[in-house]
Amino acid sequence: MERKLVVSSSPHLKSPEDIQSIMVDVLVALFPVALMAVFLFGYRALATMVIAMLAAMVTEAIILRKGNLFGDGSAAVTGLLLAMTLPPAPPWWVVVVGSAVAIGIGKQIYGGIGNNIFNPALVGRAVLIVSWSGHIAGNVWLKPVPFGFTADMVTQATPLATKAASLGNLFIGTVSGSLGETSALALIIGGLWLYHRGHIDWRIPGSFVAVVFILGFFDGGFSMGLFHVLAGGVLLGALFMATDMVTSPVTPVGKLVFGAGCGLVTMVVRLFGSLPEGVTFGILLMNGLTPLIDNLTLPKRFGEVSKSA
Amino acid sequence: MSERTFVGGIHPGYFKDYSSGKPITSARAPAQVIISLHQNIGAPCDPVVQVGDEVKMGQKIGEPKGFVSAPIFASVSGKVTKIEPFNHPLGNPVLAVFIENDGQDTPDEGMKPGKTLEELSAEEIKKIAKDAGLVGLGGATFPTHVKLSPPPEIKIDTVIINGAECEPFLTADHRQMLEQSDDIVYGLKAFMKALGATKGIIGIEDNKFDAVESMKKAVAEGKGDYDIEVHTLHTKYPQGAEKMLIKATTGREVPPGALPMAVNVVNQNSGTAVALAEAIKLGKPLYERVVTITGPGIKEPANLLVRNGTLVKDLIEQCGGMTDDARKLILGGPMMGLAQPTDEVPALKGTSGVLVLTEEFVKDLPISPCIKCGKCLDVCPMSLMPNFIGSASEKNMIDLAEKYGAMDCFECGCCTYTCPAKRPLVQWIRIAKGEIGARRKK
Ligand code: SF4
Ligand code: SF4
Repeated sequence: MERKLVVSSSPHLKSPEDIQSIMVDVLVALFPVALMAVFLFGYRALATMVIAMLAAMVTEAIILRKGNLFGDGSAAVTGLLLAMTLPPAPPWWVVVVGSAVAIGIGKQIYGGIGNNIFNPALVGRAVLIVSWSGHIAGNVWLKPVPFGFTADMVTQATPLATKAASLGNLFIGTVSGSLGETSALALIIGGLWLYHRGHIDWRIPGSFVAVVFILGFFDGGFSMGLFHVLAGGVLLGALFMATDMVTSPVTPVGKLVFGAGCGLVTMVVRLFGSLPEGVTFGILLMNGLTPLIDNLTLPKRFGEVSKSA
Repeated sequence: MSERTFVGGIHPGYFKDYSSGKPITSARAPAQVIISLHQNIGAPCDPVVQVGDEVKMGQKIGEPKGFVSAPIFASVSGKVTKIEPFNHPLGNPVLAVFIENDGQDTPDEGMKPGKTLEELSAEEIKKIAKDAGLVGLGGATFPTHVKLSPPPEIKIDTVIINGAECEPFLTADHRQMLEQSDDIVYGLKAFMKALGATKGIIGIEDNKFDAVESMKKAVAEGKGDYDIEVHTLHTKYPQGAEKMLIKATTGREVPPGALPMAVNVVNQNSGTAVALAEAIKLGKPLYERVVTITGPGIKEPANLLVRNGTLVKDLIEQCGGMTDDARKLILGGPMMGLAQPTDEVPALKGTSGVLVLTEEFVKDLPISPCIKCGKCLDVCPMSLMPNFIGSASEKNMIDLAEKYGAMDCFECGCCTYTCPAKRPLVQWIRIAKGEIGARRKK
């Protein structure tokens, strides 16, 4: 019998999960959020999301000189996440620039997937805020009109700016704001999916939201605590941005510290800063601290503190 | 709740159905056996026969060179034709005794019943285990008598029989628990007596409910005045790893770098218990064992009682041969077994399985950078940082690898199995361990 046997190192079984399947799961998780955005803000929201994803994928394909547009799916995720943080209908070129920056400067400059320090989508958003704040913040927040697919563009101040919105509306999402941040309900459904698939752990969203709630509570009681959790980008950030695998800690304790730090910075900006929202900078700051946090929170090894029964 | 377990671990497919329903049958004795003289962790053996000698089945042919070693026996009767290096599952050729089988199975004079368990002293049991060449049959092949000889200051209170068989595909232990349950209980009692242990535990994963039933029945009938319990364990890999099993059954954590003795426990595989029972009852040394021949690449999977030194090629032939799409031959299970470049390799004391995988299992997946998903940490039963150890080793930063716990890794493979970036973490960790070990010796 002449048969070429493959020799390789154990284990000889591998889980079917790979980077692409994880990215597809993230896209699936964002589906309810995207659906809600289209429901509230109409076709413009859809266009923003599609442009952002395409621009991100094309940028990555050009940089990596690869023919496969979807690839491991991470660029599509970055593009969609960036769109989620934008107003429903910014000029198309702003979206393209944001995606290109997210992939080019947020990710590939560091050596591509796995090597970036900061969340690429948030890097894209931060650059847009600094460069074209008029298109990204200010009088750009469309008033949500359920099923209002042909509605005129009517703008409205966001709840964070006015501090006036019913908790019910915040939960369902019928308030103005970024594409993907308004509906707590849709975000939670997506987050549960990611949790169910084992891609996020409760620690980062848990400590993030808990700190936001507690600080909000001290500022204005229970309903103010809830308001701060539901309004603005906290849930989007806590469930989808802070949990980005590459840029958040891997150790269990590190995750708690990281989430709490994100929540703290967010609330310091909201309560004491000049900007209405602090989620982006909270997460970016903690991204920078991630390697340090990991190294300071190495888990206790099996049997390390032996408790003899 | 009867379910017991540990933190971490993975749930690969069981793949046990290929062979779990196949009763143990005797493999054909080959015309020639090639018995390797290195079959255990520790020192190899020196041959004590010469070319041209007539040997009997069960006759000692290899004498251990140190305390951590075990003698090796002829598995057939016949004539020694050669003593020279031959293929070994670990890679490099090892000195082996070639015996031409005369087909008579003439037993050695020593193979006869001696004293009963009641009559034997602890010392006598240890001597029997040692003289019968017993080693851990789960695959680790640690000489049994060494485990039975703890330093005097350590008092062993519990003996655990490992019936977890957590490696996918393998079913040899499962079949023995169904078919030789009395011997397992007998062997456990002998271990307990040898160590003066007061408690015996048999740990079985809950996907083998028939084995649990069978062992419970055997315990009820055979335990006499020994305190023996059957524990049902959560089915999860690596439930059968020594430290995980001890944690699951007794709640004790063996400290890093220490042996189970440190928490007053000794582990033995269920197959080793059977071997000890046979050594006591029949005077039979360890020259054959049950091996699972299985996998999608085997036409007729089986559980065979295999004579030491039978070529794997022979075993596969008896199971209908390999399928056309067979691509990988593994000795042991899929998680920790060793892939072989050839089927001309002899079955040893530690050969628990012959696994043949097909095309679909051997896809060469591209390795991506670590995406820091942390999944490898979550599954590591030792709570190490496989991602960091792997990356450090990849960059040859050995001190860093040591800091992240490289030496505590027992190479269970959970991290590599899980990694979505398909990083060969265990392979890198092994390299780091080799380097660290070499440095420590200096
Ligand atoms: S690091 Fe070692 S012990 Fe931990 S999962 Fe990987 S192989 Fe297993
Ligand atoms: S499982 Fe793989 S990709 Fe995930 S942290 Fe571990 S090494 Fe990195």
